[in-house]
Amino acid sequence: MSGATQTMQANESNTSMMFKSTGRELVNFVAGLLILFVVWYLGIEWIASDPDKANFADFGPIPAFNAFPWLWEDGIIQDAVTASGYRLGVGLLIAIAIGVPIGIVMGTSKRFREYSNAPFQLMRMVSPMSWEPIAVLAFGLAGATVIFLVAIAAVWPIIFATAAGLAKVDPAWFKVARNLGASRWHMLTQIIIPAIAYDVLTGVRLALGVAWIVLVPAEFLGVSEGLGYAVQDAKESLSYDSLMAMILVIGTVGYLLDGLCVLALKRYSWHK
Amino acid sequence: MSIRGVHLDIENLIHRYTPKSPLTFDGVRIEAKPGESLVIIGRSGCGKSTLLHIIAGLLKASGGKLRLDNEEVKGPSSRWVMMFQAPHLFPWMTVERNVGVGLHFAGWSKDKLRDRVAEAISLVSLDDYAQNNVQDLSGGQQQRVALARSLVMEPEMLLLDEPFSALDAFTRAALQRDVRSISKELGFNLVMVTHDIDEAVLMADRALVMAGSPGKIMHDISVDLPDPRNREDPEVQKMRRYLMDTFEEAVALQKGNGGTQTKVGSLSRMNGISEPAG
Ligand SMILES: Nc1ncnc2c1ncn2[C@@H]1O[C@H](COP(=O)(O)OP(=O)(O)OP(=O)(O)O)[C@@H](O)[C@H]1O
Ligand SMILES: [Mg+2]
Repeated sequence: MSGATQTMQANESNTSMMFKSTGRELVNFVAGLLILFVVWYLGIEWIASDPDKANFADFGPIPAFNAFPWLWEDGIIQDAVTASGYRLGVGLLIAIAIGVPIGIVMGTSKRFREYSNAPFQLMRMVSPMSWEPIAVLAFGLAGATVIFLVAIAAVWPIIFATAAGLAKVDPAWFKVARNLGASRWHMLTQIIIPAIAYDVLTGVRLALGVAWIVLVPAEFLGVSEGLGYAVQDAKESLSYDSLMAMILVIGTVGYLLDGLCVLALKRYSWHK
Repeated sequence: MSIRGVHLDIENLIHRYTPKSPLTFDGVRIEAKPGESLVIIGRSGCGKSTLLHIIAGLLKASGGKLRLDNEEVKGPSSRWVMMFQAPHLFPWMTVERNVGVGLHFAGWSKDKLRDRVAEAISLVSLDDYAQNNVQDLSGGQQQRVALARSLVMEPEMLLLDEPFSALDAFTRAALQRDVRSISKELGFNLVMVTHDIDEAVLMADRALVMAGSPGKIMHDISVDLPDPRNREDPEVQKMRRYLMDTFEEAVALQKGNGGTQTKVGSLSRMNGISEPAG
């Protein structure tokens, strides 16, 4: 057998292996979702089999899927996702704008780290929803309250991840940069930020998860659009099929956003 | 690239890290002509790295004078660049960007710095790796990138803190030869710190023996050997033995004195004349 054929065969088996592995991933992805829907279907069937609880049947997957077309045509899904997405985005941006600088100070100043440890750990453990009454007093029953709650939920992971990222930075990088004439601005933009980008993004990913979870209950009160409002509205109008459809939307959008974070992490990771 | 050297003048340099800590070194005196290569040898902990950081302007001495071309050194400058024991490359930058980073700090545009970066990369024979991720290079190649990153600044003096100690013997030998020949070709000063007597013999115009606690320059030995230097050459071997003996004697002397006062710097054994210690 000649060398060329051997190489070709090797290539061939590599490609087919690649197809096999992505193919398997796809199959597992679909199978996992199918299992979820089957468990959901059977669970609801089982509950609804009790005549007293027959109206539970509306919670099942089939009514939920049947609700999608009209929810979409009426623009309910689009409006809810847009409103919630805006609040999430603004809340996260505020959390990043506050959290990253605090994290940098925390990572560089031992004194600040020591002072801030107790208050930060204490406040971090408070459920973000506990701030709602204060937020309502401050911002009224409005989108601003939701944004505040998202930001306060998201800021902690960002602060701690940024500080942890800085702790891992090789101090020699600063020495080398200073030696080569870096100004403070260069130090920040060319050294610190690229060095900690990966950890900051890890923090943003965690923050996004918490923020997304807080967003929905934060929208139960006082606002008239958004995913939380849509769930609340569906509950009050007893349209359980659209309630479950909105829950599916919440899960799916959250999953996609997390996927975006994973892509960004891959892009900005220099760790080998 | 053409670079000129610098006149280095250090007088009565004293350093302690904190007011309470003991003197790291005391009364250090060093003078070097433009283009000269000084190699400082000494035991671990005698203050060699500290001295180098001070010369680089990365650390402020507690007392004494440090002048380059008759100007007081006030801080880091791209005119004198330090290279460390480890390459400390920026892993989020390619080889090319690592090499160009100092020029970028100095405000050079991308277009303007391109040629000079390419030239520096070529000087360390890494042309084929310009676009590589620095994490994919071997230790020796990484240290070469660090060398190019320093050379691209066209420094008048290159400070080297045990730059090759982490490398294998072959790579080390090649880099020792390259750094010396580049410095001679471009005419810049070298001040290098090492534990390795062979390295001192192969690279120095003058070898300074530092010993004691606080550290002092005990001997200043002229290493007058032709280039290129070969480890096996009897002259090189002879110089090596001479350096070794001087070094061990200096250390023994320090111990005998309980590490106290010994005459500073001027204990020259340049002509093989050994002076009695104070
Ligand atoms: N940042 C620092 N703070 C306080 N003391 C220090 C600091 N750096 C070094 N020292 C002390 O100063 C002395 C000289 O250290 P230095 O690193 O200059 O020695 P060295 O000769 O380079 O040693 P080696 O050959 O091991 O690198 C040592 O006793 C060390 O403990
Ligand atoms: Mg050292």
